[in-house]
Amino acid sequence: MALSGIQIYKLLPQTNCKECGFPTCLAFAMKLAAKQVELSSCPYVSEESKAQLAESAAPPIRLVALKSNGFEVKAGNEVVLYRHEKTFYNKPGIFVKVKDDRPAGEITAEVTQAEAFVANYVGINLTIDGFAVESATGQPGKFADAVGAVRAASQRPLILASQNPDVMAAGLRAVDGETPLALGADSSNWEAMADLAKQHKAALAVIGDSLEGISDLTEKIKAKGLEDLVIYPAGRGLSSQLVLNTQIRRLAIKKNFRPLGYPTMAFASSLASVSQAIAKYAGFIVLEQFAPELAYPVLVLRQNIYTDPQKPIQVQPGLYEINNPKPEDPVLVTTNFSITYFSVANEVEGSGLPAWLLVTDAEGMSVLTAWAAGKFDSERIARAVKTFNVADKVSRHRLVLPGHVAVLSGELEGELPEWEIRVGPREAVDIPKFMKQAL
Amino acid sequence: MPIEIPVEKWPGAVRTVTLGALKEDGGTRSRTATIGGEKAMPYLHFESDMPNRPAIAIEIRDRYPDDWSPLLQETWKEVMDDPAKWAKAAEDAGADCIVMYLSLTDREGKPNTPEAAVATVKSVLSAMGLPLMVFGPGQAETDNALLVPVAEATKGERLVLGLCEDKNYRTIVATAMANGHLVSARTPMDVNLAKQLNILITDMGLPPDRILMDPTTGALGYGIEYGYSAMERLRLAALQGDSMTQFPMIVNPGFETWKTKESKVGEGVPASWGDWLQRAINWETMTTITLLESGADIVVLRHPESVKQVKDAIVELMAVHQTA
Repeated sequence: MALSGIQIYKLLPQTNCKECGFPTCLAFAMKLAAKQVELSSCPYVSEESKAQLAESAAPPIRLVALKSNGFEVKAGNEVVLYRHEKTFYNKPGIFVKVKDDRPAGEITAEVTQAEAFVANYVGINLTIDGFAVESATGQPGKFADAVGAVRAASQRPLILASQNPDVMAAGLRAVDGETPLALGADSSNWEAMADLAKQHKAALAVIGDSLEGISDLTEKIKAKGLEDLVIYPAGRGLSSQLVLNTQIRRLAIKKNFRPLGYPTMAFASSLASVSQAIAKYAGFIVLEQFAPELAYPVLVLRQNIYTDPQKPIQVQPGLYEINNPKPEDPVLVTTNFSITYFSVANEVEGSGLPAWLLVTDAEGMSVLTAWAAGKFDSERIARAVKTFNVADKVSRHRLVLPGHVAVLSGELEGELPEWEIRVGPREAVDIPKFMKQAL
Repeated sequence: MPIEIPVEKWPGAVRTVTLGALKEDGGTRSRTATIGGEKAMPYLHFESDMPNRPAIAIEIRDRYPDDWSPLLQETWKEVMDDPAKWAKAAEDAGADCIVMYLSLTDREGKPNTPEAAVATVKSVLSAMGLPLMVFGPGQAETDNALLVPVAEATKGERLVLGLCEDKNYRTIVATAMANGHLVSARTPMDVNLAKQLNILITDMGLPPDRILMDPTTGALGYGIEYGYSAMERLRLAALQGDSMTQFPMIVNPGFETWKTKESKVGEGVPASWGDWLQRAINWETMTTITLLESGADIVVLRHPESVKQVKDAIVELMAVHQTA
């Protein structure tokens, strides 16, 4: 947890030497607390104070990055329990599990399918982030072969899952030079696992079902000089997973409890467990198997929960085609706030009727908000009609305004004399009926 | 290493609300559904017991829903022609309560009538033993014209009537008060709007243990994050002691997800969307679970397979974790 200016002042030399460029140590301390200067500006601060200040400046949840061949998956650095308090920063990595008890060809085929998966959501290409190779055979050779089979089809970061150090060593050797996640260390194998992770520069997951047990392990492993740790709270069932993850997040953020200040990971065997893992704090999530109809909603949910609540998603302003419209079909006007766009686009699409949707740049605000803020007026709508050459694409010059801004229709007729201005319904849900009856 | 677990001590609690009335309490239900009563954020059993598990409602219509996804039509089949049979099938599918929407018109396109609405509600009540919610078609005049006679004809049943919205709540609240029913109050994903409507309704004198609030939500991919955070904020406000947010929350993931393209459309969609039926069920189930995590007390669903999966998840969420 960040120290206050006064707390920092107590750690400074308190000589007011001014060499840092500030008149007093207190003034410098205040600037430090506000993160506007660097501690290195003070030439006389003691090593002990330096260490204490560095510790307090570290994020409450360590950022851990898994890396391979140009790919990187990061988790950690989170600062809140509820997304509305600020935002969730690092989207959890989504990994697909493969086991080493299957022929290499099958593993490669499965990985190829998952690797090729791309779903487009609001203009973003969603893909999975990596693979988790699990040792089912307990044989180092089989494990290394399975890792090789994955690498034949994908270069994405890996999680290597075995609690047997010999097996883990074989897996780590197969991807030397990368930063995989070794899963992992428990109370019986932790020394060997920590040595292996250190030797191969891997991140290490700590397995435990109690906070005390996990904390003991992370402290012991940290004392060996390993810092990139991940916690795997092996609780049974949704409720214990939720409780453990909530307690870990709370202790890290509210109490600055260092032994639990690491990202967590989860294995998702059901729709419920993957949904909960995304909403409730997992940093790396392993899907028990891959299917596009599962990966798509999982990646969309992750995108939604990790949207910054202060920055609504906007869609690109432009003329959108819905249900393959022809030149004689109507032009509906709306704003570029994503939820507004989706509500309208969804209703029009659902109606089965073709239409052109003119998405006006209203700085990402909904119809009423934008209108009240002066960001959705006749001038902007007319500009959108011209910018996107709407008149060239449609033969029938007819524009439908959202019912909430019926008041704009007179002005808009002035701006666009060639156009017939119609007023549509206030709510998107009424659009299909309006289109069937009034257009 | 002994660790002191931080425990949030909240001054407030969500009100406990019971839907439906048994025979001895003036109704005809064989089961009631009691929800609410939370004194902590969802499923944090180490902070407080969660006295009631969330309830699953299944949505039905008073006539065949032509505009529903073919996947739902193929699932429920011919019972969709008869709301009483549909309600019974929903009870058999594991619902805790039933939500029936009254339509604006009948199948021939003629306007719905109070007589028809009353007859339908009565047939549904006699076909199954679960608590019932009856929602109008969403047009103020028609809603009032249909719901008042329904409320009068079912006095004492503790139905939930809806939807109360800022533009139309007085008539529905008045008839709920006079006839021993409950109401559902819907506002669009905003803490203050929700509070405001709850104040207006309680100001009319309806006891607060007869109010549900519907904060509205978006489907997965269509604004779920707004609903999710509005619900978390409403629940936090309730626990902090704001009495006008201390109502159980009802949300409609079935309605929201089954109108998305992902669920509604099977052809001409990207191959990366995968199997249509499985995708649609995943969409409904994942939306629902996410809303349960943010405090939903009643979730209204459409597909029986989603009901099954959500039911299993609720059992797991309600299991008390033994902390060391």
